[in-house]
Amino acid sequence: MVATENRLTKALAGKRDLLAVYYTAGFPALNDTVAIGESLAENGVDIIEIGIPFSDPVADGPVIQASNKVALDNGMNLRTLLEQVKALRSKIETPIVLMGYFNPVLQFGVGRFCIAAADAGVDGLIIPDLPLTEYVELYKEKFEQHGLINISLISPTTSEERIRNIDDNSSGFIYAVSASSTTGAKKEFGDEQIEYFKRLQSMKLKNPFLIGFGISNASTFKTASQHGAGAIIGSAFIAMLQSSTDLKNDIRDFIKSIKTS
Amino acid sequence: MNYKVDERGYYGQFGGAFIPEMLYPNVEELRSRYLDIISADDFKNEFHHLLKTYVGRPTPLYFASRLSEKYNAKIYLKREDLCHTGAHKVNNTVGQIILAKHLGKQKIIAETGAGQHGVATATVCALMGLECVVYMGKLDMERQRPNVERMRILGATVIPAESGNMTLKDATNEAMRHWINHPQDTHYIIGSVVGPHPYPDMVARFQSVISEEIKKQLSSEIGNPYPDYVVACVGGGSNAAGAFYHYVEDEHVSLIGVEAAGKGVDTGESAATTALGKPGVLHGSKTLLMQTDDGQVIEPYSISAGLDYPGIGPWHAHLFETGRCTFLNATDDEAMEAGVLLSRLEGIIPAIESAHAIAALGKMDLDDEDVVVVNLSGRGDKDLETYIRWGKY
Repeated sequence: MVATENRLTKALAGKRDLLAVYYTAGFPALNDTVAIGESLAENGVDIIEIGIPFSDPVADGPVIQASNKVALDNGMNLRTLLEQVKALRSKIETPIVLMGYFNPVLQFGVGRFCIAAADAGVDGLIIPDLPLTEYVELYKEKFEQHGLINISLISPTTSEERIRNIDDNSSGFIYAVSASSTTGAKKEFGDEQIEYFKRLQSMKLKNPFLIGFGISNASTFKTASQHGAGAIIGSAFIAMLQSSTDLKNDIRDFIKSIKTS
Repeated sequence: MNYKVDERGYYGQFGGAFIPEMLYPNVEELRSRYLDIISADDFKNEFHHLLKTYVGRPTPLYFASRLSEKYNAKIYLKREDLCHTGAHKVNNTVGQIILAKHLGKQKIIAETGAGQHGVATATVCALMGLECVVYMGKLDMERQRPNVERMRILGATVIPAESGNMTLKDATNEAMRHWINHPQDTHYIIGSVVGPHPYPDMVARFQSVISEEIKKQLSSEIGNPYPDYVVACVGGGSNAAGAFYHYVEDEHVSLIGVEAAGKGVDTGESAATTALGKPGVLHGSKTLLMQTDDGQVIEPYSISAGLDYPGIGPWHAHLFETGRCTFLNATDDEAMEAGVLLSRLEGIIPAIESAHAIAALGKMDLDDEDVVVVNLSGRGDKDLETYIRWGKY
């Protein structure tokens, strides 16, 4: 099934201050995925990023690692996840991006996965350990055939030449990792990070970039939005979910606390 | 048949560099420079000088007469257990530390299972005056305590990996995370022929000194460099890579890899990857991997911390798939019995990893003309507590 217009492209068009929120499917409880997604949409989150849990998430810090483990212990798998996404899609129009490591997708079958993801209403994919060359040579055509946008990461150590190459092979947004680090909240950005954001701005890339890793509060969100098209929050949101006793209210308060600035 | 790594970093369908973008500059720097660096004369001179004067190479090729009698074949042991630090691991760390200097890196990280690679890394860091951090599974720190203390004496910081089964896979995850967080000044010395390209090829090249020596030594022993069998245990596969390296094109030499069956291949507590695995991606390469149908990595099990890994190197996966290497396996008990057997027959207490290779002798169809080289990858000092706990000696 080919989406006539990708929701992600539409959401990104000329927009600023975009807020993307990541959460791990099947966390805290197996069937929380749909309710959390609905709450995010209700509270005006622009892009919903749903994590496919994996046993060995090497790019992630302790908070997301723990949520992956809980989700797997809860029995989450890709088949269940796609069913949940489909149920969520029937209720909301917000773009949905799946983020996960390559091996579960590879075992599911990349082609079969693309079909199922498109059918479930997924708009984009972030697979941090799928290298650009592999993607371009082996999978790009499949992704595009099913209207799925591949989102690549860059970091402060990524060379300008490579950023241009990634930009050329991207069609949604570029995920700019704020520092050389695994995922996880840091308090504020340092000068080096601001310089890196400015450098990205001055490159005039054809794709917008959203800043992720280390966005945890209104201040870091605001700074990120001044340089990029917006920001992605993950670990801080997961940490909140972990301690929440009332998901609906806590999600509302959390999003409010980020966006009110 | 071509068994070498191709330009894209693949061995057949296995290999590649499946790494998050944050590691790309480091791995790419290594990929683009490693061959030039290690084939330069100054590198080769320093490497071979250290292997000779520091590691104690060449290690002997020892004809094990009583073991030969027992198995009715001509069995030679390649005595990697006599290397400085007690195992073959140091061949690779000497190579990589010189490489790290050429790359201008000041800090070294490593993962370790049994602790042999950690000790070998801590050793060369002390030698070169570089800062050393070693990640080790918390369970492995308990079962290999002497090696933990050796690393600390050598000045390394040992950090427990507390995720998963708290063994080698988890230590590798933590080391990779550390590298993501410190990409500029740090070199990651991977201890086995695993990880993203160029690690499997680079580590195999550093370990290939093992088979280079076997060829020379066997020639003077029997008049030609070709045994009928080369036998080595396989966790990630570095000692096997070294022992097989210069024989892989000699198709009349049978290569035997021995994996850890743990409590038995079908018990759910095993690390026999070729028997239980299928192609998947972990720690930067596509290889055979023990995993669920959903692609989640299965926690392996072996009494031997050095073999307790859910994958094997991509080169070994290719050798398995092409049939160039035959894989056998040995259970915990078979390995422990073989360890005691070697102790009694030859006065050599092997590392439990290497004891798996000895255990395979009883599973091979040998005749008295067969020449067998077993790579005795390490010594058993570090395993005394495990021998004592097992108790049947």
